Amino acid sequence: MSPAHLRARLPAPNLLVWLVFGVLAILCLILRDDEKWLVKYPKDWMLPIEAGLEFLMDWFTANFKPFFRLISDVLEWPMRGLQALLQASPWPVTIAIVAIIAYAAQGWRLAAFCIASLFYMMIVGYWDESMSTLALVGMSVPLSLMIGFVMGLLGFQFRWARRVIEPTLDVMQTVPTFAYLIPILILFGIGPVVGMVASAVYASPPMVRNLMLGLQRVPDNVIESGQMSGCSAFQLLFMVRIPAATHTIMIGVNQTIMAALAMVIIAAIIGGFADIGWEVLSTMRKAQTGQSLLAGLVIVLIAMMMDRISRGFAERTGEIHVRRSGNYIARHPWLSSMATAVVAGTLLSWAAPVFSAYPEAWIIYPAEDLNQAVSWFTRNFFDTTDAIKTYTLYFFMLPMKAGLERIARPGSWGFEMTTMASVIYWVILVAIGGLAARLGGWRSVVAVALLGILFYYGASGTPWPVFVVAVTLIALQVGGWKVALFAFLGMAFMLLSGAWPRAMLSFYLTATSVIICFVAGGALGIWAAQNDRVSAVLRPINDTLQTMPLFVFLIPVVMVFLVGDFSALLAIIMYAIVPAIRYTEHGIRQVDPVAIEAARMMGCTERQILWKVRLPLAIPEIMVGLNQVVMFALAMLVIAALVGTKGLGQWVYDSLTNARFGQGVIAGGSMALMAMIADRIIQSWAASKKRDLGLST
Amino acid sequence: MTGADDQEVKLTCRHVWKVYGPAADRFFTSGKGDVADAAGLIESISESGHIGAACDVTFDVHFGEIFVIMGLSGSGKSTIVRCLSRLVEPTAGEVILDGEDLLRVSRDKLIDIRRHKMGMVFQNFGLLPHLSVVENVAFPLQIQGVTKEKRLARAMEMIDLVGLGGRETSYPRQLSGGQQQRVGIARSLAVEPELWFLDEPFSALDPLIRRQMQDEFLRLQQLLHKTIVFITHDFLEALRLADRIAIMKDGRIVQIGTPAEVVMQPADDYVSEFTQDVPRVKVITAGDIATSADLHPATDDVVDEHATLEEIMPRFAAGSDVVAVKSGEGAIVGSITAQMVLSALADSHAAGDAA
Ligand SMILES: Nc1ncnc2c1ncn2[C@@H]1O[C@H](COP(=O)(O)OP(=O)(O)OP(=O)(O)O)[C@@H](O)[C@H]1O
Ligand SMILES: [Mg+2]
Repeated sequence: MSPAHLRARLPAPNLLVWLVFGVLAILCLILRDDEKWLVKYPKDWMLPIEAGLEFLMDWFTANFKPFFRLISDVLEWPMRGLQALLQASPWPVTIAIVAIIAYAAQGWRLAAFCIASLFYMMIVGYWDESMSTLALVGMSVPLSLMIGFVMGLLGFQFRWARRVIEPTLDVMQTVPTFAYLIPILILFGIGPVVGMVASAVYASPPMVRNLMLGLQRVPDNVIESGQMSGCSAFQLLFMVRIPAATHTIMIGVNQTIMAALAMVIIAAIIGGFADIGWEVLSTMRKAQTGQSLLAGLVIVLIAMMMDRISRGFAERTGEIHVRRSGNYIARHPWLSSMATAVVAGTLLSWAAPVFSAYPEAWIIYPAEDLNQAVSWFTRNFFDTTDAIKTYTLYFFMLPMKAGLERIARPGSWGFEMTTMASVIYWVILVAIGGLAARLGGWRSVVAVALLGILFYYGASGTPWPVFVVAVTLIALQVGGWKVALFAFLGMAFMLLSGAWPRAMLSFYLTATSVIICFVAGGALGIWAAQNDRVSAVLRPINDTLQTMPLFVFLIPVVMVFLVGDFSALLAIIMYAIVPAIRYTEHGIRQVDPVAIEAARMMGCTERQILWKVRLPLAIPEIMVGLNQVVMFALAMLVIAALVGTKGLGQWVYDSLTNARFGQGVIAGGSMALMAMIADRIIQSWAASKKRDLGLST
Repeated sequence: MTGADDQEVKLTCRHVWKVYGPAADRFFTSGKGDVADAAGLIESISESGHIGAACDVTFDVHFGEIFVIMGLSGSGKSTIVRCLSRLVEPTAGEVILDGEDLLRVSRDKLIDIRRHKMGMVFQNFGLLPHLSVVENVAFPLQIQGVTKEKRLARAMEMIDLVGLGGRETSYPRQLSGGQQQRVGIARSLAVEPELWFLDEPFSALDPLIRRQMQDEFLRLQQLLHKTIVFITHDFLEALRLADRIAIMKDGRIVQIGTPAEVVMQPADDYVSEFTQDVPRVKVITAGDIATSADLHPATDDVVDEHATLEEIMPRFAAGSDVVAVKSGEGAIVGSITAQMVLSALADSHAAGDAA
């Protein structure tokens, strides 16, 4: 055993630090009732950050607003034009063109799917709304690709640019979606351009990343052969590097398109463009379940179409083009069939008005039937759904939020939180801690103690010094002093700016859903890793869940469970469980077969192989999954504000509706900080695990 | 045995150094690499944690010659050839092409030289994955701005030359390793370079195809008469192809000579290690052992001075006592007896054992 391992076995000095922390925590918890400031961070100790930000923004708008308004006007007319064009062109033309593109991307199956989807939009009567959404995406994607292309090239060519771009991308991907809209809204003024600009900005990071990655990965010998052919720097870039990196770049295009769509849907909240996102949002607000389901399905279909088509093209990039011979038409089958479609469709629409605009009378809008079905369902299953909701709320969520001490009542937990009861609680906890000590060493004891404190006092009842010190210490132990400093400063920002109480509410909801995702998703992932059939069933579901714009998740949960924390929790879980499943499965499956064979030769049972070989070796990969779960949960948290959660997400949303820049930055910034702190801690944890396992150097 | 090609120098590599590491430049005060104590410098380079990939490399390449650089993996062969083409910047030294220091020319001039004077074939083919065979071959011409018709015609010519006619619309991925390398060769020849670099062009191929490609390479060279720098780590390949061989070890050149010189007078143990298993009869040529004492031997048996002993021995077996040796121009330059062949083989064998 190496000396490093030996040192890891010795308790000091890490354990000592935790013992000191334990004393501090006990002290804080005892003094909590007398010293109110321990729980409620006093106003006097805050800094006027919000006012400062408002001041800056006022100054900026006072000077630059006309400039941005000009851009807004310039961008608005092509967008309105595209919208008008898409809405006015005869539906057979649109459907045929989409079908041809889909066929070119992936064949007739996808074409059929697209035709069916478009027909659904038309029959239900959401054609114009869908076309508006398409127009927004159609405008923002090229903008986004352009931004991404320029930034990616800069980052690739210049080291200094990369040094700015990479951290910016990290931040951009953690800032909650709504928060993007606030400054853009203030600068550009209310209108559809906001959504377009926001999604152009929001969707550019994948393009930047993939472009840089693709260009860097072009093999050296390909570059050298370009150089020896006498390429100038410009030729080398555009005739060798970029074409050789097409596949990676196209994957970036796919991701950019999906991100743009997601943002366009979210930006619908600003209103004013009569697009499908707005339809979902407004019907959901009015609790029109059926309507929002019908409109939500449109979003799902649009997302699936866009994803499949752009991914199809990405996968085709490596393919061999058969060179066609013959005249112009024969050589350009796609172009000529599209031209035919336009001409034929236009002629048709002149011949019969049915083909120009789908007649109102033929619209089938089964919203009422759906409503009745839903209410029948809720009526009949109310007992079940309500029981699930109540149990989860009372036994898990509320203690995490407000603490067992305040939640335990005879009506719910069956006892009053008397001194006796709390003594019993702590005794049980100590017992669990003892068990943990035997199984996993002192680190597990610390984990049990922290969770025990959290469960007893709740996220909002835990004294902030205890919380701050605990997180900083964890960061210090896993990631070293840099991560610790970052975590500490991040939390200090939340305290000083007054975001702390809301941050704790967000923490509670995130932590709760992450725990559930991790346990349930991990179990599903293990199952899928052992069973190919399960894996085959889960994969398309995961793929689909992952491409959905976040709004969509709210519809079914609100339908059954109404607004509230529980619905938010479910929506978050639906979205954030995917990486838990995926990474667990992948991590287990990719364990070195030699290690498994060796274990089998030693006489391990399959179960032992799973628990003693596969899972431990898969931990680094699972941790990456955990990291993703946290990021996804935080992303969804903002959206969940729409179903009435409290916390940072709701604060971001509130600042958007009231155009309060300072509050938006603080709330959005705090969420980004939470995401980044979690990210740093988990990443360094995964990295150190990986080192311990000898999976990396 | 450089024979008739023994003329002007095309390319000179003079005291070229390539040092990798954090502070590679500090070992040289001037750009010139002719330091007084090269061995000492090499020592201090490796002691300071730098890698001397090429150290004090000096040689000339003549017009129309096949100059082979060989050595074990990691000995610095690729580094040197990349210095010659300036794909990597040497840390010190001079590379002189047609009397001009290549390391001092401007970017634009360098691009121009690469476009018109140099061709290179890469160890791992280096084909552009997004282009078909014909587009790959035409690529250097496209870069020069040659019209589409002209460049495609020229590319087709080259494709026929390397025997790939009919595969021009395929993509690199659809070709075998040998076929891909032919594309690489065709591409490097498309611009009619005067100077042809080949970096282990056949190493990735299996032995049968390699042999076939070597024959084809020799055939092409008969046709084209390029000045060639050929890299290999396969000594037999070097023997087959080379006019002269440079043997590298740890970044340095340990010996330069004709194949026969290298086999018969290895400079040190490292070289003799290489040559140990080489059958002498395949290396020693008539020109190497012929004596000019008897310029009018009484025989009708005439052999070329490039013929190996393996090729002449049947003549003696058939009953000749002596054969005449003629030069490339056809003049008789000497004669060989069976006794001379035997002693040449015995000598070289003894020399090999002693080493
Ligand atoms: N970019 C680089 N950075 C650091 N060291 C390098 C670099 N390129 C080459 N080297 C080192 O220089 C030495 C010579 O490498 P080179 O590629 O010239 O060897 P080679 O003789 O071509 O080998 P092979 O037959 O395997 O191709 C090696 O020790 C290699 O590790
Ligand atoms: Mg090499």
